[in-house]
Amino acid sequence: MEIVIDIKHLKKAFKRNEVLKDVNLQLAKGENLVILGKSGTGKSVLPKCIVRLIEADRGEIHVLGKDILKLEATELDEVRKKVGYLFQGGALYDSMTVKQNLVFQIRRTQLEKNKAELRDLVEEALANVGLKDAMQKMPAELSGGMKKRIGLARTLILKPSIILYDEPTTGLDPVTAGEISELILDVQQKYNTSSIIITHDMKCARMTSNSIRIMKNGKFEVVGSYDELRHSDDPEVRAYFS
Amino acid sequence: MKDLINTIQHLLEAFFQEVGDILLFTGDVVRQFFTAPFEWKELVRQAYYIGNKTLPLIGITGFIMGLVLTMQSRPVMESFGAESLLPGMIAVSIIREIGPVITALLCAGKISSGIGAELGAMKVTEQLDAMEVSGAKPLNYVVATRVLATTFLVPVLVIMADVVGLFGSYMAIAMNEDLSFMLFLSLAFDSLSFVDIIPATVKTFIFGFFIGLIGCYKGYTADRGTESVGRSANSAVVTASLVIFIIDLLAVQFTSLLGAS
Repeated sequence: MEIVIDIKHLKKAFKRNEVLKDVNLQLAKGENLVILGKSGTGKSVLPKCIVRLIEADRGEIHVLGKDILKLEATELDEVRKKVGYLFQGGALYDSMTVKQNLVFQIRRTQLEKNKAELRDLVEEALANVGLKDAMQKMPAELSGGMKKRIGLARTLILKPSIILYDEPTTGLDPVTAGEISELILDVQQKYNTSSIIITHDMKCARMTSNSIRIMKNGKFEVVGSYDELRHSDDPEVRAYFS
Repeated sequence: MKDLINTIQHLLEAFFQEVGDILLFTGDVVRQFFTAPFEWKELVRQAYYIGNKTLPLIGITGFIMGLVLTMQSRPVMESFGAESLLPGMIAVSIIREIGPVITALLCAGKISSGIGAELGAMKVTEQLDAMEVSGAKPLNYVVATRVLATTFLVPVLVIMADVVGLFGSYMAIAMNEDLSFMLFLSLAFDSLSFVDIIPATVKTFIFGFFIGLIGCYKGYTADRGTESVGRSANSAVVTASLVIFIIDLLAVQFTSLLGAS
């Protein structure tokens, strides 16, 4: 089993608040790993540490075999190109159209491509999320669900091997949330991506997860599949599934 | 008494921490000016956007500034029988001091706050993080371009404010006496020397640099949460205005050393 993310004894504190105390995690190739946990337990800090948007205090993070905490800026950029990140609100650039948002993502890596090739790439990415007609729209014209889909298209355009989803269904109605969950599954099956999905949405967890970890006190205290955890003896764990 | 000392100590610590952070940020931004690839297209877009947004305000303010300054100075000059010195006095006042400072303060209010709010919103909505993850350096794409745009745009806006201000001054004089525009310009520029113009122009570049830099710094370092967007904008105006006055004070001292005073 090929491991694409390997985290050992990760620690991160914000002033006196120790958010990640001793996080250990392995993500296998093609696996969808869901992370659950109460609000404020540091779930969203973890993916940010993985791409070094937040610097970890101690521990090791190996992404695709590279110890990313020791990488220089240019080497880090190379790793980041292979790791997609879907932010909570989509994080689309407000001043750019949907097309410009997607082109911005690839222009540094695929400068040699001409306009027609770039257009094809953008169209393919938007078709993957079912929003081919939104190309000329501004982010302000999009709904919350559409923003997340475009955010995912922007992530997919770089054909990443790993995707980090930070609460992909938060703030969405149940129907749209279900569509996003299906999309996550489609992406995994189509591109054989490995994903870490941070969520509170149990429907999303059920649909997308191969395994689940529950974060508590800055550690992963509970590990298992959806069905295993649903029937757990621990009432606190079962509370997530009620 | 102990509380007062503690408060003063905390305020001083916060002040020096902020100054230190701004200096480090300045170093990072200046490094981006020389880091390839530079975002020329974004620089032009920002320069156009900033100029386009500020031009009408600067034009109207400059005109009123020249008009009012002349109308207020005229009775005093008349009482000394020195009306003929009015164009020269107004020209020196506008070009050396009032034009650059008023324009810079307006730019601090309009541009610095705008940049602070924009970057603050980008920070809150994780757009800066998204850029970082994609390999595009926000410090290069977002910050360096805006700082360079203001550095080169503010001097242009100051020149425009000076020209419109002088025209306003001429209008105020022409309301009371028969003076040709050419003679007005001749009287105005006779009173000016390079020592008036060069330091005044150089300081406008410095004003522009700090207007952009402080707006970017306040937005870039905004906290998470929507209220921090407003705080960034507000703080950008206050800090930029304060820095403008400090730079102006230093520039006056420097000009005095050059023997212009």
